[in-house]
Amino acid sequence: MADIKLRGLRKSYGAHEVIRGVDIDIADGEFCVFVGPSGCGKSTLLRMIAGLEDISGGTLEIDGERVNDVQPRERGVAMVFQSYAIFPHMSVRENMAFGLTISGASKAEKAEKVQRAAEILQMEHLLDRRPSQLSGGQRQRVAIGRAITRNPSVFLFDEPLSNLDAALRMDMRMQIGKLHKQLGATMIYVTHDQVEAMTLADKIVVLRDGLVMQSGSPMELYHNPANRFVAGFLGAPSMNFLEVEVLEADSENAKVARHSMDPIVVPVRGRKFAPGDTALLGLRPQYVTPSTPDEGVLHGQVSLVERLGSETVVDLAMEDGTSLIAAFSEDKQFERGERIDLAFDPARTHLFHPDE
Amino acid sequence: MRSSLTSANRAGWAFALPGIVLILAFIITPFFLGVGFSLTNQRLISPNATRFVGLENYREMLNIAVVDLQAKTDSAGKTVTDADGQAEFPRLRSITRNPDTPQYHGMQEWFRWVSGDTAHVVIASDVVFWKALLNTCIFVLMVAPIQAAIALGLALLINQKLRGITIFRTIYFMPVVVSIVVVSLLWRFIYSGQNGLLNNMLSFLSFAHFQPVDWLGNPHTALGAIITMSIWQAVGFHMVIWLSGLQTIPPTLYEAAAIEGSSKWQTFRYVTWPGLRHTAVLVLIVITMQAFAIFAQIDVMTKGGPLDSTQTLVFQAVQRGYGMQNIAGGSAISVILFLIVLVISMIQRWLTRER
Ligand SMILES: Nc1ncnc2c1ncn2[C@@H]1O[C@H](COP(=O)(O)OP(=O)(O)OP(=O)(O)O)[C@@H](O)[C@H]1O
Ligand SMILES: [Mg+2]
Repeated sequence: MADIKLRGLRKSYGAHEVIRGVDIDIADGEFCVFVGPSGCGKSTLLRMIAGLEDISGGTLEIDGERVNDVQPRERGVAMVFQSYAIFPHMSVRENMAFGLTISGASKAEKAEKVQRAAEILQMEHLLDRRPSQLSGGQRQRVAIGRAITRNPSVFLFDEPLSNLDAALRMDMRMQIGKLHKQLGATMIYVTHDQVEAMTLADKIVVLRDGLVMQSGSPMELYHNPANRFVAGFLGAPSMNFLEVEVLEADSENAKVARHSMDPIVVPVRGRKFAPGDTALLGLRPQYVTPSTPDEGVLHGQVSLVERLGSETVVDLAMEDGTSLIAAFSEDKQFERGERIDLAFDPARTHLFHPDE
Repeated sequence: MRSSLTSANRAGWAFALPGIVLILAFIITPFFLGVGFSLTNQRLISPNATRFVGLENYREMLNIAVVDLQAKTDSAGKTVTDADGQAEFPRLRSITRNPDTPQYHGMQEWFRWVSGDTAHVVIASDVVFWKALLNTCIFVLMVAPIQAAIALGLALLINQKLRGITIFRTIYFMPVVVSIVVVSLLWRFIYSGQNGLLNNMLSFLSFAHFQPVDWLGNPHTALGAIITMSIWQAVGFHMVIWLSGLQTIPPTLYEAAAIEGSSKWQTFRYVTWPGLRHTAVLVLIVITMQAFAIFAQIDVMTKGGPLDSTQTLVFQAVQRGYGMQNIAGGSAISVILFLIVLVISMIQRWLTRER
């Protein structure tokens, strides 16, 4: 078992700095998810922890030891790749026993550990197949099995599910969640997928351009995003940002208004605004509710409706031309072009500076 | 299904025509002509009409036998020995010119081995052919594994991300693009018995204790010298084939192996080598074919000598066909070479088939 500490970690390719000073603490047994837009350096960071990329600056500690210059095999980590990376010429059994074969384990030990991993992953019936005879999900399970047999203290996953279809992805997501509970090992998981991040993580780290934007528990990030980027990144559909003018402000609240929206009082959550400032009002689509012309705060025409069954997503074109996404948690019938009125609870909004 | 490719397509055929004509003229026709000539007594220039002789050329060439000679005995029944105490044997003529054994008529000794009072003599109608066949086989058996292994080693070395690695790739590949004739001429200087580079170097390294050797003029070293030079010359080509095979192996497999704790050798054994199976088949077949066809080096460096120690099948075929104007004999050798290569590549394919 091991905790992981990243201190001022940096990585450059030539003059191009990809990781620009990252500090993260991952506790023993924690499930930590790195999310961020494509190219932000998630994989690079994970590969630095694995030892597949040199570290250009800062320190990496695993279990209290500085491992910057330690070989991958001596770091006690196992990694699962997006492309599976299982050996095509070996059977599933041989693949899963690979780490043990390499370290010269006995036949009996290999058989026992492979059996145990196969039971955990429910794939005992596949052990004698070749990778080419497996589906994508099964291949990924082999890769996870190979990681399990070595009993590592840290598991690293780089987008392990992104090559799978939606149904299988959900299934595997749950399996990985269960696996974490069962093994209690430290896991670091890279993904694009918000749902994976929100459901699996004990801690989410949001990255952007090689910097940590925010880290914390999923709900903390969802309800208290540190900045506009995190607010926009987590949650689907993503948060609406409406340009508003600040009329009054104190340390707790601000009174804001915009064209075609009556003044409302919203919390500032530690930010400072002055009257006359332009600000962005962050409003999650889920917190918008249908209303009446009298009580409604936002008015507009429906320009697009997506009915998902459990949820109805509406794209609203407001009078000044900006668009707003609203998600209603029931199946509701709207016509395109229909005029509707919406309300929201001001306490659930976020106010950001425009240049955040 | 008739696609636009299989249906008559005049423009397509017109583009293919020059190639088809050339292949017909220089590969397919000569192949059948060669098979045909080998069944006749065709000569390059001859006043006499060509005659069909069936398999006579092959019979003549392949005719081989082992005869036993008993050591001479004196009147007391004791073995006669020479000055060195070796048993003396009657001359081979006693058999090959003996009217009682007409089947051995005209055959010559290839080699012999002595056990006790008996000498077993291998005789053949066409000793030069057998020598050429043996030399060719030795050449192939030496060149194929050694060249393939060295090429793989070089490919592994240059398949790294290092500054200036392309310089090494270029250097190793350079001998391939230089004409084999030029390379052979240069190596004649290297191997020269008087002031050759090799002799000079060996003499320098051994502080002048090394006795100079005429590498190409000595029957014991000539074939080895040509084998060495041939391996060096084409190794770059096969290195490039190996390299292309190496680059088809996904890098994540190496990363997975590294994380699992695999050493360099284990990575080679469990990741690299299995990934190179198809490349290995290709390289071995190509080297074997090329090695069987060895000609230019022999022609430039030794002309088959000394004492036929570097005769090879293709060189013999050319020498017979044009040097001795015996087109039929040369064709027969070519056909035999064709059959050998065919059988070997079939065996190789069978051994390396998908299981
Ligand atoms: N070997 C390399 N040489 C140069 N630049 C690289 C190299 N590998 C990655 N980069 C750059 O580093 C940045 C981060 O790459 P990385 O693969 O970590 O992104 P990512 O967050 O994993 O993206 P994705 O979600 O698309 O996988 C990218 O801008 C990429 O172009
Ligand atoms: Mg990535």
